[in-house]
Amino acid sequence: MIITTTLYDQLSAQYAERETATAEPWLSRLRANAFASFTANGFPTTKNEEWRFTNVTPYLKEAYQLQPAAPANGGSAIDLSALDAYEVVINNGIPVELPVAKGLSIHSLKEAANSPIVQQYLGQSINLSQQGFAALNTALFTDGLLIEVDKNASIDKPLLITHHYNAAWPFFAQPRLLLIAQRSSKLSVIERYVVDGQAALFVNGVTECVVAENAQLDHYHIQATPTNFHLVNFTQVSQKADSLYNNHTYTLPGASLVRNNLHLDLQASNTESHLFGLYLAGGSQLVDNHTLVNHANPHCYSNELYKGVLADSARAVFNGKIMVQLDAQKTNAFQQNNNMLLSDKAVVDSKPQLEIFADDVKCSHGSTLGSFDENALFYLKARGIGEDSARNMLVKAFAFDVTQQMPIAAVRDCVEALITQKMESLYDRV
Amino acid sequence: MLSIKNLQAGIDGKQILKGINLEVNAGEVHAIMGPNGSGKSSLASVLAGRETYEVTGGEVIFDGKNLLDLSVEDRAREGLFLAFQYPIEIPGVSNINFLRTALNEIRAYRQEPPMDAKEFLRMTKEKQQLVEFDAKLVNRSLNEGFSGGEKKRNEIFQLAMLEPKLAILDETDSGLDIDALRIVSNGVNKLRSDKNAFVVITHYQRLLEYIVPDFVHVLYNGRIVKSGTKELALELEERGYDWIKEPAYSNS
Ligand SMILES: Nc1ncnc2c1ncn2[C@@H]1O[C@H](COP(=O)(O)OP(=O)(O)O)[C@@H](O)[C@H]1O
Repeated sequence: MIITTTLYDQLSAQYAERETATAEPWLSRLRANAFASFTANGFPTTKNEEWRFTNVTPYLKEAYQLQPAAPANGGSAIDLSALDAYEVVINNGIPVELPVAKGLSIHSLKEAANSPIVQQYLGQSINLSQQGFAALNTALFTDGLLIEVDKNASIDKPLLITHHYNAAWPFFAQPRLLLIAQRSSKLSVIERYVVDGQAALFVNGVTECVVAENAQLDHYHIQATPTNFHLVNFTQVSQKADSLYNNHTYTLPGASLVRNNLHLDLQASNTESHLFGLYLAGGSQLVDNHTLVNHANPHCYSNELYKGVLADSARAVFNGKIMVQLDAQKTNAFQQNNNMLLSDKAVVDSKPQLEIFADDVKCSHGSTLGSFDENALFYLKARGIGEDSARNMLVKAFAFDVTQQMPIAAVRDCVEALITQKMESLYDRV
Repeated sequence: MLSIKNLQAGIDGKQILKGINLEVNAGEVHAIMGPNGSGKSSLASVLAGRETYEVTGGEVIFDGKNLLDLSVEDRAREGLFLAFQYPIEIPGVSNINFLRTALNEIRAYRQEPPMDAKEFLRMTKEKQQLVEFDAKLVNRSLNEGFSGGEKKRNEIFQLAMLEPKLAILDETDSGLDIDALRIVSNGVNKLRSDKNAFVVITHYQRLLEYIVPDFVHVLYNGRIVKSGTKELALELEERGYDWIKEPAYSNS
């Protein structure tokens, strides 16, 4: 079959086909609502305030197919061989290797679709009417992972999730993760990507995390991908009382388009959340980070630090929204976004948004834009350090406040090596 | 070792160095004195290669090489060292990593293998004791949160580690109390040898009681207007700079 229809038509056809298939009534209803939400507005355009600086239309014009080519087996992964972890591989969106670990249960989401826990949580926390891409994923995802950490279980090793894709032809993928850390449990999750093939790859991913009472979830998302990769990712986190969620999002030079949405819903009091992000971009890359921290309850603490380094004609968007609801007294919410531009053509749109309705709160935000400190460069060079090494030292130093926040040394070392390796090609063009 | 001939340089079309001549041989210590704004720091910056300065004339030969043709880093690798008047704070770059990188890049330039970790550690310890540099500061971020005196002492520590042929100390004494001044000077004196040379830029004669120069030059309005031995420094201390300015005016 030669597909000549647009992506939108293909998605509609896929949905119509899906409707006739049997599914649990609750899931059919969820998908129907989600699809209606998607079709109401279609793919977002720059008229949508949340997408003002990020025009996805050109990236959706490839002749994407919804069916993947053969299972991926090539492409190179970032080197995490020093990491001792439980590993799960998701190939073209379908889990192929599920590890067994005490206190941790991992299932194919497709196979677990009828379980009560999936019914309880899937798609419940995302405002689908506002989130076209997430709605589309909800309507049409075929598989993904259900990860559950048992009550009181502290998992001894991190869980490494490798998303492996075959881009032999243009492929539009919609993976879905549901991650539930039950009461007083503890887990670290690391996500990474491997891309096989040169054709365009568009990943519209959704991850929902539930961090139950007194649980801790450390979530690393390392986006080191080639230029044919396009990612729109939506991560929704629901935090219960006394829980701790730490997010580390790294976008390295490569992917043409990355849009990360990270929404934290603080659903009970006394929670703690840290959002650390680093984006490095060159060429004509577009990296957009949209975060929302919704303080709906008193005595919650959130801290956000995003830093970016941009070369060439790269563009970055940082939009960080902090909502402090009327009831959220004694909120502590901090946000900082710092950017370093290595070229005149690079652009950053940094937009902090604070909406505060409670009166007894501590909140702050700040945004800075700079370039290489010429005095610092001169100082390093005057000690015999070459231009490239000096620039690399300064970029690493700039990123240090973010990278030092990663408690797992193997991941930190890997990311630092990636920074050196991926930025090197960009300095040459400065 | 260093031969400066009729060096002229400026910023944005404004001439600052108006024809400097200076010969420095191995084993010598030269002091450059002069009132504020005479061009002392500019001379140091031009020699180190700071890009804000435009060299408009003259030449500088350093150990047989045309210094002005070399990049900033290659000047350092050839053995030129500038102790900064205002050392830069670089948070996130550790002092020790910075030194290891610098040392190994200098070695690579000379086609020597990188120093092994053990030897580097031994050397760090030895030099840090030699110049009385606090071991705790060695592992901190480069100059971050250091006091003025600690920063200057770090410059001397770096000098000890990198073992340059020619060190230019740009107002290393400014802002130092008498104890710090003594420590810094002791460090320099221990590093002096018949293989290296020092150019000590200072506004005050005080430093020269500790680091005794072989020659003293007075820089005024972008030119060396008088040269002599250490007695000249004492005379300047007593009489000030006014008596020396006149010839410069009449020549310009
Ligand atoms: N960045 C600069 N831009 C313009 N003029 C400068 C700059 N730096 C120094 N100068 C000028 O150069 C002259 C010499 O300054 P400097 O070398 O700092 O003298 P000194 O070290 O003897 O006090 C002064 O007239 C000063 O104003």
